[in-house]
Amino acid sequence: MNELLPQPEHDHFRAKAAASEHPRELIIDLLRAIQEHHGWVPDEGVELTAEILGLSPLQVEEIATFYDKIFRRPVGRKVIHYCDSICCWATGGEQVAAHLQQKLGIGPGETTADGAFTLLPSCCLGACGDAPAMMIELKLYGRLTPEKIDAALEKEKD
Amino acid sequence: MNDYPQILFKNRRPGETVFLDGFRQTGGYQGLEKAIRAMTPLEVRETVKRSGLRGRGGAGFSTGLKWSFFPADQPGDKYLVCNCDEMEPGTYKDRQLLMADPHQLIEGVILSAWALQVSEAYIFIRYAYEQEARNLERAIAEAKDAGYLGTDILDSGWSLRIHVHRSAGRYILGEETAQLNGIEGVRPNPRSKPPFPAVKGLWGRPTTVNNVETLADVPHIITGGAEWFKNLARNGDGAGTKLFGLSGHMERTECFELPVGIPLREVIFDVGGGIRGGREFKACLPGGASTPYLTREHLDVAMDFDTLEAVGSRFGTAGVTAFDNDTCMVAVTLNLIRFFARESCGWCTPCRDGLSFIQWLLEEIEAGRGNMEQIEMLKHQRRNITGRSFCALAEGAMGPLDGLLRLFEDELEDHVRKGRCPFQ
Repeated sequence: MNELLPQPEHDHFRAKAAASEHPRELIIDLLRAIQEHHGWVPDEGVELTAEILGLSPLQVEEIATFYDKIFRRPVGRKVIHYCDSICCWATGGEQVAAHLQQKLGIGPGETTADGAFTLLPSCCLGACGDAPAMMIELKLYGRLTPEKIDAALEKEKD
Repeated sequence: MNDYPQILFKNRRPGETVFLDGFRQTGGYQGLEKAIRAMTPLEVRETVKRSGLRGRGGAGFSTGLKWSFFPADQPGDKYLVCNCDEMEPGTYKDRQLLMADPHQLIEGVILSAWALQVSEAYIFIRYAYEQEARNLERAIAEAKDAGYLGTDILDSGWSLRIHVHRSAGRYILGEETAQLNGIEGVRPNPRSKPPFPAVKGLWGRPTTVNNVETLADVPHIITGGAEWFKNLARNGDGAGTKLFGLSGHMERTECFELPVGIPLREVIFDVGGGIRGGREFKACLPGGASTPYLTREHLDVAMDFDTLEAVGSRFGTAGVTAFDNDTCMVAVTLNLIRFFARESCGWCTPCRDGLSFIQWLLEEIEAGRGNMEQIEMLKHQRRNITGRSFCALAEGAMGPLDGLLRLFEDELEDHVRKGRCPFQ
């Protein structure tokens, strides 16, 4: 995952930016593409985005640091977002968070020693009817129990 | 459970997504055909106004009135933005629609774009809804192939492009002007209003922002008529059906399409199956994290915008989160305030500093370290923030705090007197 952006995607974004009346609107797509390939967005990713879209690195940085799903620091191979909003809280969300921390041996915001998972609290995931819930990358897991959490971690470990 | 009329959810089956064929078999795109072939854009806007449709994203503003401020006849670039940020805790209804029947939204966007005479529409969708975004992209491609989208739609000479904008988190993006900044690729702090988006929106051009469910209702209003839509509601002043997302301590925490004006009692005890484990109902958020609590005394209130405002709350998004009798309302409010404080964009002082201060006060009281003076400080903060923040985020955060101070002040005092949370 050292590559910032594969050449075909690089070309795709350059062509799209050249054809767009407002290239800046591609900023989230581009940052997400870099993150998809590199795992997170390093300084070079901010600079590359700025260069492709004709912006200053600062104009990109103020976007990259605003959104909580854009990572400006290294994360594990997969990121776990556990919901700590009201519906999950009301149905055992705190126990889910505690179980995840105990099972992975890390606190919120930390990455496991083997680099497999980063654990992050998240606001409402839009799965309120299936609370308590978490997302591993973009996959949703609902109605969590300790057993379901263990099974999900086992499945997602790579 | 009653047999409620199903309009938006008529094609909804567990685990299935209906695409073009299934959608057309049940009358899909007939509203669009009727509008383009037999009506003028103005007639569509007037029909929507007469139907009484109010915004389903939480604010409940009249859709027809909002559209009447839009300069549909003005030449040049104009935009329609569909808000699918859906990040208000307790709200998951738009997701259900996009998983069940994404063409409902696409037809709504096309028809509304035609009524407003715009040629470019954006669907802004939150990070977590990747499968829903893919469903939309497939539906857009199918609509294009079928001639409902693209150039010269249904031989009208009018063209439309729909873009799907995937976001990357943060609740503030649901605020319409922050969302416009998000689409443009600038830092998504909210913009000052006026100028309103109808005058100066995306790239400084006239723009209207509507919720997913609101737009999906439009084709049905055109097909069935304004009177029919209005009469779907249970109460005289209401209009239409509403997607209710049930959550919290109810037996059946699912999403249901129910008539506007349905009493809260019926939602919780009939549709929701009552409170889990035979416990008693204590309180609920009637429409998302920013709506003041309702309690047992409100069980017979009609679930609609004006009726809930009359009892000091709001209909919001109709995401109903119920709490049983063993729930500490100080702890509930602390959880909600933590959410708002963390999601504050930091632009204005009442929100950035005020919400953190309220969070600290509630943490102290909940932990048993509070005093009576701090309860007065909570009231002081509520007064200081209400009406004084830059956008609706902090105003929304005052909803649960207001409910706590108005309905559960005795619980706050009990924490202070006992020096601990009485529910632990």
